[in-house]
Amino acid sequence: MSKAFVRTEFHPDLPPPASESGPIAWLRHNLFSTWYNSLATFFVLYLAWLVIPPVLDWALFSAVWEANNYKECKAGGTGACWGMIDKRFDLFMYGFYKAEDHWRPNLAIIVFIIAMLPVLFDKLPGRRMCAMFLILGYPAFTVALIRGPIEMSSFNSTMGIALWVVAFVAAAYWGHHNAKKFNAVQSGIGYAIAYIILFIVFIAWGMGLTPTETDTYGGLMLTVMLAGVGIAVALPLGILLALGRRANSMPIVQMLCIGFIEIVRSVPLISVLFMAQFMLPLFMPEGIKFDNVMRALVGFSLFAAAYMAEVVRGGLQAIPKGQFEAADSLGLNFYLNMRLIVLPQALKIVIPGIVSTFIGLFKDTSLVSIIALADLLLVAKQSYTDSNWLGLEHTAYVFIAIIYFCICFSMSRYSMYLEQKLHTGHKR
Amino acid sequence: MKALKLLAATAALAVVSTAASAATLDDVKKKGFIQCGVTTGLAGFAAPDDKGVWKGFDVDFCRAMSAAIFGDPMKVKFTPTTGKTRFTALASGEIDVLARNTTWTMSRDTDLGFEFVGVNYYDGQGFMIRKSLGVKSATELNGASVCIQTGTTTELNLADYFRTNKMSFTPVVVEDSAEARQNYDKGACDVYTTDRSGLAAQRSVLSEPDAHMVLPEIISKEPLGPLVRHGDNKWGDLARWTLNVLISAEEMGVTQANADSMKTANNPEIKRMLGTEGDLGAMLGLGKDWGYNIIKAVGNYSEVYERNIGPKTPVNLARGVNALWNKGGILYSAPLR
Repeated sequence: MSKAFVRTEFHPDLPPPASESGPIAWLRHNLFSTWYNSLATFFVLYLAWLVIPPVLDWALFSAVWEANNYKECKAGGTGACWGMIDKRFDLFMYGFYKAEDHWRPNLAIIVFIIAMLPVLFDKLPGRRMCAMFLILGYPAFTVALIRGPIEMSSFNSTMGIALWVVAFVAAAYWGHHNAKKFNAVQSGIGYAIAYIILFIVFIAWGMGLTPTETDTYGGLMLTVMLAGVGIAVALPLGILLALGRRANSMPIVQMLCIGFIEIVRSVPLISVLFMAQFMLPLFMPEGIKFDNVMRALVGFSLFAAAYMAEVVRGGLQAIPKGQFEAADSLGLNFYLNMRLIVLPQALKIVIPGIVSTFIGLFKDTSLVSIIALADLLLVAKQSYTDSNWLGLEHTAYVFIAIIYFCICFSMSRYSMYLEQKLHTGHKR
Repeated sequence: MKALKLLAATAALAVVSTAASAATLDDVKKKGFIQCGVTTGLAGFAAPDDKGVWKGFDVDFCRAMSAAIFGDPMKVKFTPTTGKTRFTALASGEIDVLARNTTWTMSRDTDLGFEFVGVNYYDGQGFMIRKSLGVKSATELNGASVCIQTGTTTELNLADYFRTNKMSFTPVVVEDSAEARQNYDKGACDVYTTDRSGLAAQRSVLSEPDAHMVLPEIISKEPLGPLVRHGDNKWGDLARWTLNVLISAEEMGVTQANADSMKTANNPEIKRMLGTEGDLGAMLGLGKDWGYNIIKAVGNYSEVYERNIGPKTPVNLARGVNALWNKGGILYSAPLR
């Protein structure tokens, strides 16, 4: 009689073999899967071994952290001389901006970061309000904070002030009146003029701070300022230019937009800067003085706007005609069509392009050192021409390279995050 | 390229020559400061220190002018200029005076429409070598490899010099002075050539400065001096006589420290300079004590020199030809009379 064997319970799963799980498997699959992969792995390891220890040694182990001049650095070690950065840190950060005013750019940046957080990460509350503040309030706030009051003759007389007030009331009323009648364009213009008047009055008042000279701006502060203003102007202006370029129904506007974009794009940035810096004052009537930073800002923003326009136009081209037609059939006017249907899609497509332009713009700011504005690069150059710090160009350049890297890399990471978040089924 | 630059500068000048010929001194007095163009940074000549205050040999010239006009050396706004921007900045009136170790050449003086007010430093191209090479003169450099910066007159001067002396050399072309120094330090070239003021500064940061020497030969003339725009001779005079006061003060032994006691010295020229006799200041449209203010503020030429680029500083330049005419140099001031 045979005894039947019936299994009543399953044999427990064995862990996968060591060759298929854990770190060894990961190594096998990713680094040593084929003979040429193994070869490449060893080669890269060898390269890393060649590069990393000397870099670490230079930057950390043989570096001098405290020094008063290059002689002490030389005596202290063969590596970087971080003592110089320490001693000249304020120059690197603020240029010649007065020490007692350093809190002003600091405050501007802190406010910016706090207001930016809800905009960047939509899990935080108050997003709409912060965005409104950043677009409408922040520019005037920062200009006033950093620059202080700007002398304007028309505010010296009661007559002048009265004119400003009248202009503001008229513009605001006109805007409001048209808004009630749903005239989007007219009310937009009215409100815009009212806003600009408020803006001018605000920066003329300057929050009652002490005025500062723009030629004292320098270092990271100037670099961020140039890039920040460039970005803030380039994006909206770029969108307008891109729309203008496609506006077949308005040939003159279209021609102007095309002309601007093509002319600006066909000259190098450095020549635009030279032009703004040296030719502009020659053509200006005497007495009208634009300061250097202002001129660079204008040149810079217009240049960036032309590139941005083409990036945005790329996005507009990618929107199928059906979308426009669908919007039309819903009875949306041009403005609503753009705001609700076209631009959200178009801009989403070109996020990588936009951010690339921003990153490029940020790094292009270093060109202003050629027209002798003391941006981060020029400050670094000046640091090792001070006879106290001769011959320390490595330290200076590595330091600013780290700053540039941190800022550009975080912009690029944020763009990736944004793409992830916004992808709604188009991802290939 | 050079022709283009000239063209641009002259075109620029043609536009402004009418506008900017107004009395610069009056403008300066009205705005309350001088705008002085300096380099964006050159060791010993002009560079901001750790606190962001401009220091240097050229900087002190502008401070002297400020002292002459306002009695205060700090009423200067420094505009850093690059080799590309310096002349347009001066031509367009953005700066009032350019003190940016600029070589006085004929074309700059005439064609570009500037007025060099004198020479504050006689520079010239020199050679640096390792002492261990055993070379005592540049004429023994046949076949040497030479580190030079690309696209500078240095390159042309070098080629000319070697051709005239029937020697050959291998150029090691580099982009800037820092790169040149590193190549030379690593032994990538036997000789490093550039202006002697630059050589001295670079030498002090070599890994072993004492193992190197600068050869005695100078193969080019680079008289460096401050300059102003054509068309305002009064302003040019002011700059010229500021420089002359610095030099004369050294000649007469007036220093920052003894300027007060020298006011009563038994020497009419010193008295004229310090304003206790005569009225030289009025001829320039300045106060009586303009000369005294200059010396009180920055010292005489020798003090300015020793403080910024002299042997005790890292730049470590011996006086050489920049000594006074009666001490073996060629520095000479017209008399203050």
